[in-house]
Amino acid sequence: MKITRKEFLELSGLSVLAAGALHAVHAVKAEETSHPAGAQADPPKKQMALAIDLRKCRQRLGCNLCSAACNAAHNVPQFSDPRHQVKWIWSEPFAEVFPLDQNGYTRRNYTGSPLPILCNHCDHPPCVEVCPTGATWKRAEDGVVMMDWHRCIGCKYCITACPYDARSFNFSDPRTALQQVNPDFPTRTLGVVEKCDFCAERLAKGEPPACVEACPEKAIVFGDVHDASSEISKALEESYSLRRKPELGTGPNVFYFL
Amino acid sequence: MSLIEKTLAGGRRYWLWLGFLAVLMVMALLGWVQEQQVGLGITDLSRNMPWGLYIGQFIFCVGVGDAALVVMLPYYLHHWRAYAKVALLGQILGTVGVILAMLFIFVSMGKPVRLINVLLYPHPRSLIFWDMLTLSGYVILTAIIIFRLLIAEQEHSAPPLWTQRLVLLSFPWAVGIHTVTAFLLCGLVARPYWFTALLAPRFLASALTAGSAMLVLILLLLKRLELFDAEEDALRRLATTAAYCLVVHVFFTLVEFFNVFYGGVPQEVEHVDYLYGGLTATSPVAPWMWLSAVLALVALLVLLVPALRQRTPLLLAACTSAVISIWIEKGFGMLVGGFEPSPFGATPPYVPDFSEWKVAAGIWALGAFLVTLMYKIVFSVRKEAES
Repeated sequence: MKITRKEFLELSGLSVLAAGALHAVHAVKAEETSHPAGAQADPPKKQMALAIDLRKCRQRLGCNLCSAACNAAHNVPQFSDPRHQVKWIWSEPFAEVFPLDQNGYTRRNYTGSPLPILCNHCDHPPCVEVCPTGATWKRAEDGVVMMDWHRCIGCKYCITACPYDARSFNFSDPRTALQQVNPDFPTRTLGVVEKCDFCAERLAKGEPPACVEACPEKAIVFGDVHDASSEISKALEESYSLRRKPELGTGPNVFYFL
Repeated sequence: MSLIEKTLAGGRRYWLWLGFLAVLMVMALLGWVQEQQVGLGITDLSRNMPWGLYIGQFIFCVGVGDAALVVMLPYYLHHWRAYAKVALLGQILGTVGVILAMLFIFVSMGKPVRLINVLLYPHPRSLIFWDMLTLSGYVILTAIIIFRLLIAEQEHSAPPLWTQRLVLLSFPWAVGIHTVTAFLLCGLVARPYWFTALLAPRFLASALTAGSAMLVLILLLLKRLELFDAEEDALRRLATTAAYCLVVHVFFTLVEFFNVFYGGVPQEVEHVDYLYGGLTATSPVAPWMWLSAVLALVALLVLLVPALRQRTPLLLAACTSAVISIWIEKGFGMLVGGFEPSPFGATPPYVPDFSEWKVAAGIWALGAFLVTLMYKIVFSVRKEAES
């Protein structure tokens, strides 16, 4: 059989198309079976969560020991330009954290005073959903939303999808914005996204997150909300708590006591 | 390759034009390299605006991809003879538009060298994965179509059956690329401005408007340059298509406004309010959004009245207005409305930096470059086939 150049080109064009389609099919199949990010289908056995008692937190307005401890532990770069800041745990005024819980008559405590915010390690994290590479995923064993800074392609889709502003992009080289480097924790590179990981490195050693430990008022409780006997479950049972934007269906796992 | 050789024979005007575009492209390349080395911090992108001009242009360019649909579908499905010579030109414009769209995503990335991770670790729940597949699939599919149609013109024969089938496949695919692009935004609970089922239909309506209007402009330009003499009938039909699509586009936009403002949910109102200057007096985007609205209405008036749209200068003005209007609305406003106002108080408004404009201009220059080369090939092939 003789193949003309034209036929050859036509055939190779079709083969490329077929190969592309095959790859897509494999990708979908792989996702269905084994990909770690697919673990969202089953709720994690444990779900780590954090509850912040604002009654205690307000005892020391302006204290930022939790952020400072976190920044030092994780080599969080300190950029001076507020538009490029990288934040893992930081403070915002109550009224802006809970805009829908304002009625115009609330005491200043519940409007102006700053409170700590961080990644909510959601039950259904939109960031995990949108990440095209699985560089962020919900850890099956304890529900922590993790990040792989070596896999992140810097598309910033997760930042767009997060309703909590909890993700930061490195607009400049983060290593130039570190006064001291903690050698036990990796630094990041230009062009990747980062966020709070509930101190996965400390959890592995059985220690609580750095912010929990750093709080002088013991205002932050950390633990497994799926375990009814945990300290956090008991605290949540005792007092009424708020979560940020629960109406979006993301299932945030950071709770606030008023 | 005899087809590529045809791009090498051109006059002074041709080479000057390509040279000018090449300069823009080199400037963009240098600008992009700098953005990658120093960081996207040298642009005006920020915590609050992680996506900006680039992603806006990406949306607009996917829309240009639909320019193919407005001529290819009537010609291959309904055998409109008027589009016999125009259909291929529309397909080329559409394919180049999608190539630009992919480039705009690429320059917006913080770690583009890792792009391959999307295929190495595919995550089909992410719409970016599907966008990448559908956009690159569309380019490959339509590149094959363009190549085969050119051969057919060269040989004075009808394109083979398989090519015609691929053409049919390209129609739903063209709808698909813009639908997936809309899904990229409209599934995000975090962004009320995008969180509307009407987004995909709106994208399609504006894309078909901008696509047909752009084709009219290109055909008028080619006529002026005496490179290609589009039939009056083709122009007339394209103008009608643009008119219908623009009506739908304006209708969809107003439907959305009704929902937002009559419903009055603050989280939804504030974004539209910000865009049109109702929220803060200093919103730099507001004059542009109003300009976009006025241009859309001007274009609507001219295109709707047959006596007006049949006059070439008015048609030119109307199509220019329509393209600019949609370019502002989709290429810029869509992104600003999604992110502004910031959830945490006042931030300096997003104004694309010179570096971003430079890179964007270079990508558009590449588009003009590719369209020029491809049209050159088409016209040369046709000239040879005639003689």
